[in-house]
Amino acid sequence: MIRKTMAVAAVALAAVAVTGTAQARDQIRIVGSSTVYPFSTAVAEAFGKGGKFKTPVVESTGTGGGMRLFCSGVGENFPDITNASRRITASEFENCAKNGVTAITEVIVGFDGIVFINSKSGPKFTLTREQMYKATAKDVLVGGKLVPNPYKTWSDVDPSLPKEPILVYGPAPNHGTRDAYVELVLDPACEHQPEIKAMDKDAKKKACQTVREDGAWVEVSENYTVIQQKITSNPAAVGVITFSYLDQNADKVQAASVDGKVASFESIANGSYPVSRPLFFYVKKQHVAMIPGMKEYLAEFTSDKAWGKEGYLADKGLIASPDAQRKEQAANAKALNDMKM
Amino acid sequence: MTEMAQTDTAVRSMDAVAARLKSRYAAERRFRALGLGAILLSVAFLAILLGSIVQKGWTGFIQTQVAVAVTFDPQVIDPDGSRDPLALDTADYATLVRNGMAARLAPDADRNARRDLTGMVSTMATEQLRRMVVANPDIIGTTATVWVLASDKIDMVVKGQVPRQLGAAGNALNDRQLGWVAQLEQSGQVRTTFNTTFFTAGDSRAPEQAGIWGAVVGSFFSLAITLLVSFPLGVATAVYLEEFAPHNRWTDLIEVNINNLAAVPSVVFGLLGLAVFLNVFHLPRSSPLAGGLVLALICLPTIIIAGRAALKAVPPSIRQAAAGLGASPLQIVAHHVLPLAMPGMLTGTILGMARALGETAPLLMIGMVAFIVDIPKSPVDPSAVLPVQIYLWAGSPERAFVEKTSAAIMVLLLFLVSMNMVAIVLRKKFERRW
Repeated sequence: MIRKTMAVAAVALAAVAVTGTAQARDQIRIVGSSTVYPFSTAVAEAFGKGGKFKTPVVESTGTGGGMRLFCSGVGENFPDITNASRRITASEFENCAKNGVTAITEVIVGFDGIVFINSKSGPKFTLTREQMYKATAKDVLVGGKLVPNPYKTWSDVDPSLPKEPILVYGPAPNHGTRDAYVELVLDPACEHQPEIKAMDKDAKKKACQTVREDGAWVEVSENYTVIQQKITSNPAAVGVITFSYLDQNADKVQAASVDGKVASFESIANGSYPVSRPLFFYVKKQHVAMIPGMKEYLAEFTSDKAWGKEGYLADKGLIASPDAQRKEQAANAKALNDMKM
Repeated sequence: MTEMAQTDTAVRSMDAVAARLKSRYAAERRFRALGLGAILLSVAFLAILLGSIVQKGWTGFIQTQVAVAVTFDPQVIDPDGSRDPLALDTADYATLVRNGMAARLAPDADRNARRDLTGMVSTMATEQLRRMVVANPDIIGTTATVWVLASDKIDMVVKGQVPRQLGAAGNALNDRQLGWVAQLEQSGQVRTTFNTTFFTAGDSRAPEQAGIWGAVVGSFFSLAITLLVSFPLGVATAVYLEEFAPHNRWTDLIEVNINNLAAVPSVVFGLLGLAVFLNVFHLPRSSPLAGGLVLALICLPTIIIAGRAALKAVPPSIRQAAAGLGASPLQIVAHHVLPLAMPGMLTGTILGMARALGETAPLLMIGMVAFIVDIPKSPVDPSAVLPVQIYLWAGSPERAFVEKTSAAIMVLLLFLVSMNMVAIVLRKKFERRW
C-alpha cells in the first residue's frame, strides 16, 4: 500500500513539474513598494476584468526588496514591473545592469505625502520638520555639540508642544517611506545647522540620518495597519504613515500640520505641503515582448480613468500629478523610453 | 505522673499529625484551585477571542443589495441594432446602472450627484448587466428590476457596522447619499442576503467583491502536495529508523536532528524553499507546488516523530509471533506492525497538516503573499492560501475588510477544527490497546 502511495505521489509530482516548466508565463508579475501596492492592485484588478489577459500578481515587498528581485535578472522567473516610493538608486541601477536588466522605463505615477498622525482622542499636534528632527534623530546639537538625544517629552523639544513622552512609530528601513522620511524631514532640518555644514560627507550622513535607538522611535516593519493600531491604543503616540492611509482612516486618527500646512489632496499636489514625494514604477523593457499584456497594463495604469484627477486611483488615495506631467508620463510609458541615471 | 506525660505527648503528636494532615489537604485544595483557575482563565481568553471574531465577522457572511429598475436602452447597448456579440460584450453598462439609479432617486442629477450615485452600487453591477444581456439579448428594450450589489460604503451603513450620522466614525457617505439610503430602505429597495460572493470569488480590492474561494483552492492544492510528499516520506523514514536501522552513533545523530527540525522556526523553511525550490529547481513563484513542498518540510518532523511513537507502541509480541510463523522482516512490518501503527501515524499526519494549513511566514519568502485575483486551476498557478488572505485583508485600509478578515478567520478555524476532529475520530475508532 505504501509503495503504491509513493508511486502515485511520484507520478503526480513529475506530471505537475513537467506542466510547470513546459508552459511559459502568461501573467504579469509585479513586486515592490507597499505604498504603491493599493494603486497597483486596483489597476491590476481593473485590467484583469477586461477579460483579455490574466490578472497580474502583485506582491508587496517594500521598495528595496522589490528592486532586488526586479534587478536579479531577465527571464520569466523574474518580475516584470517593480513599484517604488522613491527613485531607483545608482547602485540598484548598476546592479540591474550587471544582471542584464539594461532597458528600464521609469514612470511617475503620482504623489504621496508623509503624515504624522495620532489618535483622535489624543492632543492635536502642530509640528515643524525641525521639531520632528529634534524628537527622532539619534544625536542632536546642544550648545554646538553633537550629543545623544536628550529630549524625553514633546515639551522638551518645544514648549508649545504637549507635555507627553516622545513615542513615534515609524516604518522600518525596508520601506521607501523611511527613505523619504530621512530625505524630506531629517536631512533638511539637520543640514542647515552650521556645525553640521562644517562636517565631511560621511559624518554629516551619520549625524543626520540615524534615528533614535533609545525607545522613543519604534520601528514597524509590517504594514501601516500595525502602526495605526499602536496609535489608537496609545493616544499620545505619533505615527509616521502615508497620506493614502490617512485618507481611508480619517475618522480614527488626526494628522499634525507640518510647517503650518495641513496635508490634503490639494496641498500635496501643488507642493505646498513640505513632506511629499513622487511615486514610481519601473518596467523591464526586455519583458514587454515576452509577457503578454504588458503594454495594455501600462495603458490602463496611465489612462485618465485610472490615475486622472477623478480616476479610480484617486478614490484609493493617490494624488494625481498635474495634467501636463501625466500626459508626458503616459507618452513615456507608451514609447517605453529607456531611463538614464 | 509518667502516665500523664505519656498521654500528653500522645495528644501532642496526634495534634501535630492532624495539623500536618490539614496543611496537606489545604495544599491539595490550593493546587486544585490553581489548576481550575488556569483552565478557567484560558477558557475565558478563548471565549473573548472567539467572541470578538464572531461579533466582528458574522456580518461578513451577508451582503447588501439594492433594487434598480434598469431600462435596457437599445440606444446605449446596441445603437445600430446589429446585436453583434462583440458590441454587446463591450457596451457601456455602467451608464445603464447610473440611469436606473438616477431615475429612481434624482431625476435631475448634475455631474457631482451622478458621481455620488455611482458610488452607491458596486462596479460588479455593470458586470451583472453585461452577463444578463449577453445571455439573453431579447431583454434589450425592456425594463426590469435587478437586484445589484451595493458598494462597501452602503453595505457598512445598512448592516449597522458604522453609525448613520453624517461624519460619524467610518461613515464615508455624504448627506445626499445617506438620504438616498433612507429613501431606498423606506421603499423596500434594499435587502440583505447570504453573501455567496464571499465563497465563490477570488481576492479583490473592492471589499464587497472580495471572496476566499481563490485562497481555499490554493490551500487545498498546497495541502494536497504537502500530503503527497510528506506522508510517504515520513512513514518510510519512521519505519526504517524504528524497525530496520541499526542503533549506532549515526542513527542517534539523525534522531537528534529530526527532533531539532521540529522546533525550527517556520520562516527558516521558507528561506530554504526560496534557495532550493525557486532558485535551483525554478519552480514557479507563488505557486502551491512550491508552497506545498515547503510546508511538507515543516510537516515531516512531526510525522516522523508521531510515526515512530506509534511504531514503538506496537507490542514486540506481535513481531515475535509473526517471526515465529516464518514471516520475513518486511512481511512483519508491512502485514502486521504498520497496519497496527497506522491510526497513530494518521493522527500525527493530520496534526502536522493542520499546522501547515495555518502557516504564512514560510510562504512570504516564496511569493505567495501577493494580490492574486484569478482562482488557481492547477498547483502551478499563482495562488494565495487562507492564512495569507487573512493577513492581506487585515492590512487593507478599507473599513469593510475588517468584517471580511474576521469572516475568513472563522472559515479557517472551521477547517482546523474539522481536521482535528477527524484526527480524534480516527484515533477513537482504530486505536487498539494491549
